[in-house]
Amino acid sequence: MIVFLIYVAIFVGSFLLVKLLVHRTTGDFTARKTVTFGDESAVRPNRIASVVSVLTIFLLWGAFTGSNWVPGFLHAPGPFVGDATFTYTAEAEGVAPDDATVTIRVFPVGEEVDAPEVDPGEGWARNDSATVGAWRSGLVRVDQNDEHGRDEGHTVVAVNGEPIAPGGEVITEYGRVGMSPKGTLNFEPAKGWQMEPIWLPPPEAVMARLGEIAREGYRGSTLWEHLGWSLFRVIAGFFFGAMIGIPLGYAMGLSDWFRGWFDPIVEFMRPVPPLALIPLVIIWAGIGELGKIILLFLAALWIMAIAARSGVSGVSISKVHAAYSLGASKWQIMRHVIVPNSLPDIFTGARVAMGVCWGTVVAAELVAAEKGAGMMIMVASKFQLTDIVIMGIILIGVIGFGIDILMRLAEKALVPWKGRG
Amino acid sequence: MNGLSIDQISMRFDLPNGSSVQALKDVTLELGAGELLSVLGPSGCGKTTLLNIVAGFLAPTSGEIRLNGHRVTGPAAERGMVFQQGALFEWMNVRDNVSFGPRMAGRRERDWGANVDHLLEVVGLRDFKEKAVYELSGGMQQRVALARCLANEPDVILMDEPLGALDALTREKMQSLVLKLWKETGKTIILITHSVEEALLLGERLLVMAPRPGRIHREYRLPFADIGVGEDLRAVKKHPEFARTREEILGMIWDMEEEIMGRAEVTGGAAT
Repeated sequence: MIVFLIYVAIFVGSFLLVKLLVHRTTGDFTARKTVTFGDESAVRPNRIASVVSVLTIFLLWGAFTGSNWVPGFLHAPGPFVGDATFTYTAEAEGVAPDDATVTIRVFPVGEEVDAPEVDPGEGWARNDSATVGAWRSGLVRVDQNDEHGRDEGHTVVAVNGEPIAPGGEVITEYGRVGMSPKGTLNFEPAKGWQMEPIWLPPPEAVMARLGEIAREGYRGSTLWEHLGWSLFRVIAGFFFGAMIGIPLGYAMGLSDWFRGWFDPIVEFMRPVPPLALIPLVIIWAGIGELGKIILLFLAALWIMAIAARSGVSGVSISKVHAAYSLGASKWQIMRHVIVPNSLPDIFTGARVAMGVCWGTVVAAELVAAEKGAGMMIMVASKFQLTDIVIMGIILIGVIGFGIDILMRLAEKALVPWKGRG
Repeated sequence: MNGLSIDQISMRFDLPNGSSVQALKDVTLELGAGELLSVLGPSGCGKTTLLNIVAGFLAPTSGEIRLNGHRVTGPAAERGMVFQQGALFEWMNVRDNVSFGPRMAGRRERDWGANVDHLLEVVGLRDFKEKAVYELSGGMQQRVALARCLANEPDVILMDEPLGALDALTREKMQSLVLKLWKETGKTIILITHSVEEALLLGERLLVMAPRPGRIHREYRLPFADIGVGEDLRAVKKHPEFARTREEILGMIWDMEEEIMGRAEVTGGAAT
């Protein structure tokens, strides 16, 4: 909630600041439009906003994980680390209540520390010491070193002077002191607002892990092998899907029998998410490469068939008539009119299909795989290696984005007439 | 025999609601080689249907079309067509569009190259050969369509309102171009148009069609196309005979439109 409010504050604040400081200096036609609200073509992404947006994500990520990348004064309050103390008051049969101090060394998780040396102090209740990891909690058996143990009715009645009962708690400046139903104290150092690395590692840890896995690999395969296998499956599945789907779509666009025959199948299969097919494909084809490629083939097939069909339907009849009047044969009309005219639709379909395939391959690898981007994050999550999980998610996103950019560039180069007919 | 003969063409088709439409009824016409016929008529009189039948895109319910003695059964290179919107192939440049017909016929570039380049020059697109067609203006696209049709050397050119989408000035220039090409190539041309002026200027013969059912209402033989070849088209329009014929035809079409509207009112359709 706090993160969200900070995010909104940065959004609004940077907007106001940029509006105040930056005046549009371009003098192009759009800049002269007075009506921009409602004119979609006049809305161009503000690149300053994009930069600030990305920086904000990293800033929040860094600030709430105590990253080195973010200057210390921007860090959210971290977990308490150091020596925490509180006093307790104990009672036992036949003696007066006595106070003692507990010193707890709170250490960053992963380090080895010894409990601090403490002076036993005076009275029958002795001073205690213990260690607790940051973000963790630990039992403090204060009665163990006291002169009157539990067998003599040792009970803690107050912490820092505030009364405490089994099941209750006292909040100290260092954290929470709770009492279990059986009367044992436990100490939970203050957590601050930062995320524990096991939930969200700081960005530099993710980067470091990326470097490490790029050098040394993960689970017996290099990073490039993992990503390469995922990409290979996508390309193989998409290739076969397009090889079958495009001719099928053409046939559906050109022949009433094909249209009638395949319409129910295509219309039925289209809304079935490929993920729903994973169990069936595993049953039929196993968890090996074949199963994954079949799955991606099915994911791409219907999309490509529908794209090719709509590409054929989109040919304006006057172009076909013109070609016939110029003496073209059916085959020539197919080759020189229908195919080129459907290419823009097919490219659009291919972009969608590649996106769906990439999503599906990751999901399929999450279920079962020996190599692949999805397998990497799945296995890492089982070992609580959140940094690898986040690294994998980022890589998957970057590759998916890269695929889309490549498809767009190819589209621009190969079908420059798109939308110009 | 040479030329195009349209013999007793009728066209009737069923509508989804069970009724049927008589689009054409007993249309008969002889067109000699090299004649330019313009066809006028109110909307719904079957002009475009007639043209599509001649082109071979539609089969008439009865009657037949003969070109140079043989029967027309489908589209063929002998009958070229120019559409209202160029119907150009955007994935080809201007020259590839114009040479489409010869290339599809499997002819080599040395056979058609000179002719295509000449045609591009005639229509004033010599400097745009390598341009993509979607970069051209509407008038230029229409000139590409005209050149594409001519490059295929058809016997008959069918034009379905080829200049309808152009602005007035471009249209006037294109009218001169059509006349010039007609005289130079000696092709038989059927031109469908909405503009009475255009029909008078270009048509050696002029057909006024009437609707419901679509039929020939009246035929004219006009001198203006021959005058216009040598003269400025605007001068032709000042000809007293031109003005008289134009008024006569306009009145004729106006009456037909009135009649359609009146019928619509009687049958309960609110004529607006």
